[in-house]
Amino acid sequence: MKEIYLDNNATTKVDERVFEEMRPYFCELYGNPSSMHFFGGQVQKKVDEARARVASLLGALPDEIVFTACGTESDNAAIRSALEVFPEKRHIITSRVEHPAVLTQCRNLTKRGYRVTELNVDGNGQLDLNELEKALDEDTAIVSLMYANNETGVIFPIEEAAKIVKKKGALFHTDAVQAVGKIQLNMAESAIDMLSLSGHKLHAPKGVGVLYVRRGTPFRPMLVGGHQERGRRAGTENTASIIAMGKACQLAEQYMADEAGRVREMRDRLERELTSLIPNTRINGGGTERLPNTLSIAMEFVEGEGILLLLSEKGICASSGSACTSGSLEPSHVLRAMGVPFTCAHGSIRFSLSRFTTDDDIDAVIEALPPIISRLRAMSPFGREFLNK
Amino acid sequence: MWDYTDKVKEHFLNPRNVGEITDADAVGEVGSLACGDALKLFIKLDENKERIVDAKFQTFGCGSAIASSSALTEMVKGKTLDEALEITNQQIADFLGGLPEEKMHCSVMGQEALEAAIAQYRGVDAPAHGHGHDHVETEGELVCKCFGLTDVFLKKVIASNKLHTAEQVTHFTKAGGACGGCIPKIKELIAEVMGEEKKAAVEKPAKLTNLRKMQLIQETLENEIRPQLWADGGDLELIDIDGSNVQVAFRKACAGCASSGYTAKFVEQKLRELVSPDITVQEVQG
Repeated sequence: MKEIYLDNNATTKVDERVFEEMRPYFCELYGNPSSMHFFGGQVQKKVDEARARVASLLGALPDEIVFTACGTESDNAAIRSALEVFPEKRHIITSRVEHPAVLTQCRNLTKRGYRVTELNVDGNGQLDLNELEKALDEDTAIVSLMYANNETGVIFPIEEAAKIVKKKGALFHTDAVQAVGKIQLNMAESAIDMLSLSGHKLHAPKGVGVLYVRRGTPFRPMLVGGHQERGRRAGTENTASIIAMGKACQLAEQYMADEAGRVREMRDRLERELTSLIPNTRINGGGTERLPNTLSIAMEFVEGEGILLLLSEKGICASSGSACTSGSLEPSHVLRAMGVPFTCAHGSIRFSLSRFTTDDDIDAVIEALPPIISRLRAMSPFGREFLNK
Repeated sequence: MWDYTDKVKEHFLNPRNVGEITDADAVGEVGSLACGDALKLFIKLDENKERIVDAKFQTFGCGSAIASSSALTEMVKGKTLDEALEITNQQIADFLGGLPEEKMHCSVMGQEALEAAIAQYRGVDAPAHGHGHDHVETEGELVCKCFGLTDVFLKKVIASNKLHTAEQVTHFTKAGGACGGCIPKIKELIAEVMGEEKKAAVEKPAKLTNLRKMQLIQETLENEIRPQLWADGGDLELIDIDGSNVQVAFRKACAGCASSGYTAKFVEQKLRELVSPDITVQEVQG
């Protein structure tokens, strides 16, 4: 069965041009970039090129780019660094809807005596910057807020938040894993100190990430024992993946207009059709700015896992904010923080598109989903009560 | 993706007996929208009101909840009410070729709905569980507030499925799966059930010498208590024993843990059960 892949916020297909770029760096050009000889030196040049390509996408300088192993590592390294830089400061601010890479670390730090403020979000999943301003104090070491939410696509006003934070002298980090490549970023005109991105969310392979660290931002490495990445991340470079990451960023720059145009139009059409064909739905985060590729749709009286399994029967890959798919028993922490009612929190499905999504893919979902929901509602005791009304 | 058996998948994709029986003899309802799953079971008896001739269900829930409901309706047909009451949640899971442990609560929900239906028919109170029901008289103390589960219900599931970790209890009943606030209490319940089983097996020696008591305290800490703390990344150290007063210091994750009070209570209860009922446990820094 051919897959109809609409789960690009989970991971993406490696672009074949990216794969071609990295391919020679396994069996042929396997040199260590740190070596003195020509064989390592030529790899060093490609790593430098990759660094420049990533910097270009972010509007950053090449020496502000630190390659890591994943977005999670970048998030962990940023927060840990800030705490080491300001050992006397014992307060961290984040939000209730962060990715676990940030949230779990912050919650663990409370056990080591740190005070953590988790900012609330409103019904649209949006932040209140007044709450951020009130939470900040002299004791705040770092504020870490995601650029765009992985489940709903909701975009936070990160630039404004960063400015507020800088006034108080704390460091500002953003997990931009979902945002990079989908919306324009320009670090040259930004107040952000540190920013995380992940390769496999933008058509590079799994196992490579980046931490942007602004020039002049004090930084303490998490991994030590080597001079790589200018001492900010020790360990022999994952050269093939770094080169892939560079190519992926170059392509992302080219495809930015596609994301904002064609991809957004497909997402909007999917949203329009599904809400008109399926009664009792709501769009999570529908009332605020969202990523162009993400649709989180909540359908009342049904449970997400059943929907996903039936979609999967048709070859359609999506994901859900439902509890049953993750092994936890509560609907996603993001939807709960937004106050999505229980009647539909369990029936939320996320479709996330990419440059490889076609109109045919969207048509397939528009055809498949309405009968699936009718069928599950007919089976559900609550759905039947509702249908009988 | 869940590792569902072919039979689970088949019963999910082609569920048997979906719907309602308008002139049902018995209806059992468990769960709620808030809980994330719910099952309404309809049962029709033969003319003599002896055997189940038809069963139908409506389910809100995940794939395995729908498959478990479908399996249950197939299993009860042709059985007398007493025979049907013998069905355990494990048998429902077995009928489907097994369920992932995280999904065992789906089979428990099926078994509960069956009990509730038969209890309704017989005009007796449904067995206590409180599972999402605000109109059912619940017996026992409410343990899991998120999913509305009582100690009586949890102890029953712990004993019948021989569960020995809080995680397993969550997988089988959902208790503790949301806010996690009741996990210390669940551990106490497990200890109680295990203690009751142990008590039935071995009688404690009539009189303890001080020396024997100290030995027993040390053995119980080493063999019964510390392994359970390790499982949660915690630990404790025995600092001193003064008569019946046992002084311990918490280590690792237990040190400074917000629920160390519960943990101290758990240690005390365990020592009272297995060594002597007059033991008190005191947390000290050291």
